[in-house]
Amino acid sequence: MIPSAFDYVKATTVDEAVAALVAAGEDAKVLGGGQSLLPVLRLRLNNPSTIVDISTVAEIRTITDEGTSLLIGAGVTTDEVANNPLVKAHAPLLSMTAETVADRAIRHRGTFGGSCAHADPAGDLPTAAAALDCEFVIAGPGGRRTVSAADFFVDFFTTAVGADEVLVAVRVPKMDGYGAHYEKFNRTAQAWAIVGVAAAVKVEGGVITDARVALTNMGPKPIRATSVEAALKGQPATADAIKAAASSAADGTKPTSDVHADAEFRSHLARVLTGRAVATAAGV
Amino acid sequence: MTDTLNETMGAIGRPIRRKEDARLVTGNTNWTDNIQLPGTLHMAFLRSSIAHAKITRIDTSAAKAAEGVVHVYTGADFPGQPGSTCVWPVTDDIVMSHYPVICEDEVKYVGDVVAVVIATEKYLATDALDLIDVDYEVLPAIVDMEAALAEGSPLVHSDKGTNRCYTAPVPFGGSYADVKAKADVVVSRRFINQRLIPTTMEPRAVVAAPMGMADEITLWTATQVPHVLRVLLALLTGIPENNLRVVAPDVGGGFGGKLQIYREEVLAVLLARKLGRPIKWTETRSESILTMHHGRDQIQDIEIAATSHGQILGMSVNLLADMGAYLQIITPGTPLLGMFMYSGIYKMEALDFTCTGVYTNKTPTDAYRGAGRPEATFAVERIVDELAAELGMDPMELRMKNWIKHEEFPYTTVEGLTYDTGNYEAATARALELFGMDELRAEQAVRRATGDPVQLGIGISTFTEMCGLAPSRTLGALKYVAGGWEHCTIRALPTGKIELVTGTSPHGQGHATAWSQIASDIIGVPVEDIEVIYGDTGRSPYGMDTYGSRSLAVGGQAIKVAGERLVEKARMIAAHQLEVSPEDIEFNAGTYSVKGDPEKATTIQAIAFAAFQAHNLPDGVEPTLSGEATVDPMDFSYPHGTHLAAMEVDTETGKVTLRKYVAVDDCGVQVNPMIVEGQVHGGLAQGIGQAMYEGAEYDSNGNLLTASMGDYLIPSAADLPSFITDRTVTPSTTHPLGTKGIGEAGAIASTPAIVNGVVDAIRHLGVNNVLMPTSPQNVYRALKAANNGGAA
Amino acid sequence: MTHISATVDGTHRQGEVEPRLLLVHWLRENLGLVGTPIGCDTSNCGACTVLVNGKSVKSCNVLAVQVDGAEITTIQGLASEDEWHPVQKAFKECHGLQCGFCTPGMIMASVDLLSENPNPTEEEIRDGLHGNLCRCTGYHNIVKAVSHAAAEMSGS
Repeated sequence: MIPSAFDYVKATTVDEAVAALVAAGEDAKVLGGGQSLLPVLRLRLNNPSTIVDISTVAEIRTITDEGTSLLIGAGVTTDEVANNPLVKAHAPLLSMTAETVADRAIRHRGTFGGSCAHADPAGDLPTAAAALDCEFVIAGPGGRRTVSAADFFVDFFTTAVGADEVLVAVRVPKMDGYGAHYEKFNRTAQAWAIVGVAAAVKVEGGVITDARVALTNMGPKPIRATSVEAALKGQPATADAIKAAASSAADGTKPTSDVHADAEFRSHLARVLTGRAVATAAGV
Repeated sequence: MTDTLNETMGAIGRPIRRKEDARLVTGNTNWTDNIQLPGTLHMAFLRSSIAHAKITRIDTSAAKAAEGVVHVYTGADFPGQPGSTCVWPVTDDIVMSHYPVICEDEVKYVGDVVAVVIATEKYLATDALDLIDVDYEVLPAIVDMEAALAEGSPLVHSDKGTNRCYTAPVPFGGSYADVKAKADVVVSRRFINQRLIPTTMEPRAVVAAPMGMADEITLWTATQVPHVLRVLLALLTGIPENNLRVVAPDVGGGFGGKLQIYREEVLAVLLARKLGRPIKWTETRSESILTMHHGRDQIQDIEIAATSHGQILGMSVNLLADMGAYLQIITPGTPLLGMFMYSGIYKMEALDFTCTGVYTNKTPTDAYRGAGRPEATFAVERIVDELAAELGMDPMELRMKNWIKHEEFPYTTVEGLTYDTGNYEAATARALELFGMDELRAEQAVRRATGDPVQLGIGISTFTEMCGLAPSRTLGALKYVAGGWEHCTIRALPTGKIELVTGTSPHGQGHATAWSQIASDIIGVPVEDIEVIYGDTGRSPYGMDTYGSRSLAVGGQAIKVAGERLVEKARMIAAHQLEVSPEDIEFNAGTYSVKGDPEKATTIQAIAFAAFQAHNLPDGVEPTLSGEATVDPMDFSYPHGTHLAAMEVDTETGKVTLRKYVAVDDCGVQVNPMIVEGQVHGGLAQGIGQAMYEGAEYDSNGNLLTASMGDYLIPSAADLPSFITDRTVTPSTTHPLGTKGIGEAGAIASTPAIVNGVVDAIRHLGVNNVLMPTSPQNVYRALKAANNGGAA
Repeated sequence: MTHISATVDGTHRQGEVEPRLLLVHWLRENLGLVGTPIGCDTSNCGACTVLVNGKSVKSCNVLAVQVDGAEITTIQGLASEDEWHPVQKAFKECHGLQCGFCTPGMIMASVDLLSENPNPTEEEIRDGLHGNLCRCTGYHNIVKAVSHAAAEMSGS
C-alpha cells in the first residue's frame, strides 16, 4: 500500500520533463494521471528512483482538429476522450472504448496517453489506437518523432518510448463514415477484459469496403486481426458473411492462460466476439 | 417504505430508520484504523511468499539499522508462542496443529508470518520489510486434498505423520445401504464448494495500548467477537484476563472473517505490554486476501436414493474439507455445522454423513457467512434437481412431494433436529406468484426450440437453515469448548434515559436500532431514549458476540428477559408509591397505573428517578433500576424460504446473466422489516457471488492466484439486478419473541438457486453440472465436455 | 519533502509531504480527516473516493503532491453546517448502508454521478457506481437511495 521513496520532479513543460528524465537516467518513471502507475508503486512492483510528473503540463492536455486527424494530447483524460464532441464525431471507436475503461473515478484522472504508454495487454485504449492506425508523437532529447501504432506497441508493458522520452500526443485519423464498436468481455463490470475487440467498419451499398479489427489481451500487445480484415473486404454486410470472416480472428495470436480464461477459450472468445463487434459496427 | 407511525402499534415490526447511520453517512466514524494515539509504534509483517519451506537463515540486521525501526522480531523471539487456537476439537482423535505467532523454522502457507518490524512510522515499517533477508529451503507444497490423503504424500505437519486432521462419520436415521437397496433410482454427483475469501470492506486492524489502570492493555480490533477474543487472548498470552480490555469499535463487516483470534492481535497485545507503547497495524487488502481466514472449500460426494415415483429415501454425504495449514478458532467444526442440514426440508429415512478434514499448504479456512450450512444446502438443493432430471419430474413437484408439510410441524428430521415450525407451501406459493413461472417456462421452451444462442434456465432453492447458536448443552455434546448463551443488562438512568448493554457485537447489522425497538416495547420507553452499548468488554462485560445468525435469536431473548425484570422491579416501587399491592398495578407503554383507577399512575421514568433517590423504596428493594439476564436458548430456530432465479446463459461465450431473482423468506416475527430486507439483499449478493463470480484459486505450488481485488471478483452494482423480496411469517415457537434469524439466509439459499438455473438453461445440451463460479470459462468447459459426449 | 497547499472541505490546508505520500494518507494521517477510509490497495473498491475539483477520484490512487492547489471535498465536508446533502439523507432513508465502510466513497461517487446525470436510470446508477464495492447491501438499497436523492434534488 506504500510506495518506495523516490525523487520527484514536477515538470511544467515537455522539455522540462525530457530534461528531468535525461538527468534521472534509466530508473525514472513518467507520472501522468497515475491511474496505472500508482497501483504499481503501491504494490512495489516497480520502485523507480525518480518520478517525473507531467500531469500539469498544459501543452499535452488539448485536443486539436488537424483536418484529417485529431491530435489528442497525451494528458487528456479518458473521461474527456469518452465525452469530447470532436472525438465522438470523428473517432467514435475511441470514445466508445474510453467509456468502458475502469470506472468513473479512474477515468477522471487516467489518460489516453498514459494507458497507451503503460501498454497493459489487457488495456482497452491501446487496442482502439491500434485499430485506428494512430500515430504516437514522442519527445526526447533529440527532438520529436512520430511512430505508427504498429511500431509503438512492442511487448508486455513495453512501447517504443525510450527511458529518456515522453509520449506527447496521439494522432487519431478521422474515420468518418465508419461504424464502430468495442466489444469488451469481462467477468465483472470493473474487471479487466478477458478479451476485447475493437472494430471500425465501412459499409457502402450493403458491402463492407473497409474494416479495422484489433484484439485486446490476445497476446503481449494489441493485435490487428489482419486476416479478418482481409476476409471482410468486399463481403456483404450480413451476419453469415461476418461470422465466416471472424472465424480466423485468433489466427496468429498468442493469448496467455490465467485464472479467468485459458488460451484456448480466449481464442474461442476472440472468434465469437469479433463476429459480434464487426456486426455491431456494421449495423447488422 | 414510509415509516408510518401507527399509535396502536409497538416499535417491533416497524421499519424504523437506523440510529447508526447519522455517524456513518457523515464520516464521523470510529474504525480501528482511525485511532491515532501519541507515541504509537507501527507493526509491519514480512510474510512468506512460498507455500511450504524451511527457514534456513534470517538476517534482520539491515532492517534493524534502518530509519525509524525500533525492533525486528522473528520466531526465535517468541518460542512456542501460539498465534491462534482452535476451540472445537471435533473428534477424540483429531490431529491438532500449533499455529506459531511468528514462524520459527518452517512456513506453511503463502502469507505465513516470518518477521515483524516495529517502527515509528507506518511508511518506515513497510520500507524495512524490504531489508530483511531470508533463505528458504523449499519443501513440496500440499495443495490438493485427495493427493494430500494419498499414501506417501508429503506432509504439512511432518511431526503428525498424516495430513488427515479428522474423520467424523455420523450415520443418521436408518441404514443408508438398506434404503439404497430398495431404491429405484440412485443419483450421485461430485460438487465442488469452492474456497471463498470473506472480503469485508474494512480490512482487519488492531491498536493495542497500555491504558487505564496499571497493567491493563486495551486492544481495539476489527473483530466480531471481542468477548470470546478476550478469553482466548488471556489463555494464549498468559496475561491475566482482568488486565485485558477488548474493544470492537465501528467494525466494517465480518461475515465470519472477523470471528477469529488472529496472530496479529496476539502480537499487538504482547508487544504493547513488552514495549509499553501503543502498537498499531492495519492490513492491506493484499494481506487480507492472503491471511484473513478463507471459507468453504469442500469436495462433496453426494448420493440420493429414491423411488421411481419420486419419494426420497435417503442420502449419502461424503465430504473432504480443506482446513488449510493450521486450525484456527472453529476450523474443523465449520463443515460440521452443516452436518444437520443435508436433508434440508425433506423427509427421508436415512442419511449417512462422513466428513474428513485435510491439512494443506493454504490459508486456514473457518466460518464464512453460513458456515457449513450453505455447503449443505447447496448439495441437497443441487442433488434434488439432478434427481428430478433423472426422474423426468418437474423439480418443484419433486420438492413438494418430499418436503415436510406445514401440518406436520413440529417435525424431527432424519438428523434428529426438531423443526418447530415452518410453512414451505406458503413461501413457495408467494415466490411463484412474484416470479411468473409460467411465462418464464414458456420463454424457455421457445428459446430451446429456436436454438437461441442465449438460453434461459430456472433455478429453484427451497431451503431451511438452523439459527441461533446455540443451546450450551448441545454445544458441549459436540465438543465445542464454550457455551451459546447471551447476556443483556438494561439500566434505567435517573433522568429516564435507558442504557441497554448487550453481549452481541454488531458490525453492520443495526443492533442499536433493532435492540432499542425490542426494549422499547417491553419497558415502554421511546426508541430514541435507548442507547445500546456493545462491543467493549469494559462496558459490556458478558457476551458471546455476533455470528451464526445468533444475535436476535439468542441476544433478543436476553433483552426480553432483562426488560421484564426491570419492569417487575419498577412495579414493586410503583406499587409502594401508589400505595397498592403489586398485583393491583397494570403496566402499559411505560405507565404504571392502579387497576380500576387509571388516574392514579406513575411512569417508568419517574420510578427510575425514585430508585436513584432511594428516599421511598419498599423494604427489601435495592436502589437503582435495572434488569439483567443471561439466557441460554432452548433450541435452534429454523428460518426457511423459497428462492427462484431466472438465468440467461450465452452458449457462445459462456456468459451467465442473472435476469430475475425472487426471494421469499420466513424468518418469523420481524423486529425491523427494513433491516431484515437489507440482510436478505446482502446475503443474496454473497451467495450469488459464490455461484457466479468468486473463487480463490491456487496453483500447484500453493500460490494464491486470486491475490487482489482485480482477480478475486466480488460483484459490483452493475453485476447484480434489483431483487424481488417478500416474507411469509411463521413465528418460531421456541423463541419467546417468535423470531428466527435472517443474517445468513440469503447467502445460504441463493447459491444453489443460481447454479440450478444455469444447469437448467443448458441441460438439454447435455450438461448436468457447472463448476462454481459459473464463469464463462467454466460454462464453456461444461458445454464442450457435453459436446464431446460426456457431461462435465 | 515537497510543500503543498489545498482547500480541503472548505478549509485551507498546507504542509510538507514526502512525494510518495498518498492523498488518502495525507487526509487521514496528516489532516486527521479519518472519515475517508481505505479498503484496498489496487484501486478497485472505491471506499476512499473524494471529489478533487468537483470530480470523483480514488484518493489512494493519487499522490498528495498532485493535488497541490486543488479543491478537495471529502465525506466530512459534504454536509452544510446544519443540513446533510440529499444523498446522505437518501442513504439513511433508503437503508443504503449497513456496516458503513463503503459509504463515504459510495456517497461521494453518487454525488459525482448525479452532478453529471441528474436523473439516472437504474442501469445508469449501477454502471455509474461499479467502481465502488459494497459487501453488505447487495447494492439494492444503494441504487434506491441514489434514485431517491435524484428525485429530491430535482424537486420531483
